[in-house]
Amino acid sequence: MRAFLALLARDLALALRSGGGAGLSLAFFMVTVLLMPIGIGPDGAVLAAVAPGLIWVAALLASLLSLDRLFQADAEDGTLDILALSPLPLEAVAAGKALAHWLTTGAPLVVAAPVLAITLALPGSAYGPLIAALALGTPALSVIGTVGAALTVGVRRGGLLLSLLVLPLYIPTLIFGARAVSLAADGLAPGPALLLLGAVSLFAAALGPFAAAAALRVNLR
Amino acid sequence: MSLWELANPTRFMRLSGRVLPWVAGLAALALGAGLAWGFFLTPEDYQQGSTVKIIFVHVPAAMMAVNIYAMMFVASLVWLIRRHHVSALAAKAAAPVGATMTVIALMTGALWGQPMWGTAWEWDPRLTSFFILFLFYLGYIALWSAIEDPDKAADLTAILALVGSVFAILSRYAVNFWSQGLHQGASLSLDRRTNMDPVFWWPLIFCILGFFLAFLALVLLRTRTEIRARRLRALTLAGR
Repeated sequence: MRAFLALLARDLALALRSGGGAGLSLAFFMVTVLLMPIGIGPDGAVLAAVAPGLIWVAALLASLLSLDRLFQADAEDGTLDILALSPLPLEAVAAGKALAHWLTTGAPLVVAAPVLAITLALPGSAYGPLIAALALGTPALSVIGTVGAALTVGVRRGGLLLSLLVLPLYIPTLIFGARAVSLAADGLAPGPALLLLGAVSLFAAALGPFAAAAALRVNLR
Repeated sequence: MSLWELANPTRFMRLSGRVLPWVAGLAALALGAGLAWGFFLTPEDYQQGSTVKIIFVHVPAAMMAVNIYAMMFVASLVWLIRRHHVSALAAKAAAPVGATMTVIALMTGALWGQPMWGTAWEWDPRLTSFFILFLFYLGYIALWSAIEDPDKAADLTAILALVGSVFAILSRYAVNFWSQGLHQGASLSLDRRTNMDPVFWWPLIFCILGFFLAFLALVLLRTRTEIRARRLRALTLAGR
């Protein structure tokens, strides 16, 4: 557990102190969301109708942004070999990386999204479900992304490949996440969609670290 | 003889070389018979007119598109558990065929949908999940071609195929939550009486058989090519 926390603290410190981590992905999220009204037009009714999906798609893209460096920097300077030799199992390393990724990219979105939702004229009834959906769903994005990052560690300039591998895997999260918010915006109960979203997250968290660790072992061979 | 003996590439090459012409010939025969029967010897539907005949390409292609991914899942599992190279190469060989089948199913569906539904594309759960399936095929093929070391590529794509299968099934049922269906339900099934007229049913069975045999022939041919490419690679590396 101590090794796990040390890894987590290290990754958080790296993300916070070397630019390009937490702040940038939040800024990317905001820019993407604010570009949409400019493209679609300032009509409040139209924006309110597309807001749930728009916020979620922006969240998917923002979580994708920092994934390609998740393991690559460690693989290049040899840290990954040290981590593989440490008593901490690789599954725990992958889980720690995913958690650090979520804390630096997913959690800030949960805080920022309601503010951006005001600019998109989202109906008042949908704010609670929006926060709940992002809090429940973004961990799945980080874990699934970790699997994709582990698969493409060895690929030079794997960013584009990573997006092709990871984005289709994000579809269930996107469906339930956006659906929960739009149901609430229409005055319907978002409960079932939120429960299914939580199920996807738990399922991804249970499966992801093992798949990521298997891919890392292949890449370290 | 057990199936596992085919895991020996030499034995696989010998047997597949002998079987391939027969499979290819039977595929041509079944496909030719099924398509000719379906296109020229069946009546026109009283509502759909001659567009009903698209079913003879659409349904077999759609069945193969889904089942080829299942075959890749099994082949990847066999590779990860028993380390048989032929299995990994068969999964690699099947992927482009599966992607093509997905495109054929989507295109023929669009051709039929334009006059019948009044729209070539609708965000219907079935149509959408086929689009997603196509992206899964693309990702799998892209990962194979991105990694140079063949064994590493086989391992990583096998992991992707396993994770992808789980999420493909998840997506298939998640899209039901997201949109209402326009696509009709299944007209063919094993557990209940078919609700399709035998006039159409028999040529369709021939077409399905033909598509399956054609897939088998293509996978055998492509796997043989992959094995030869592997040998060539080993020889050039040894010669250096």
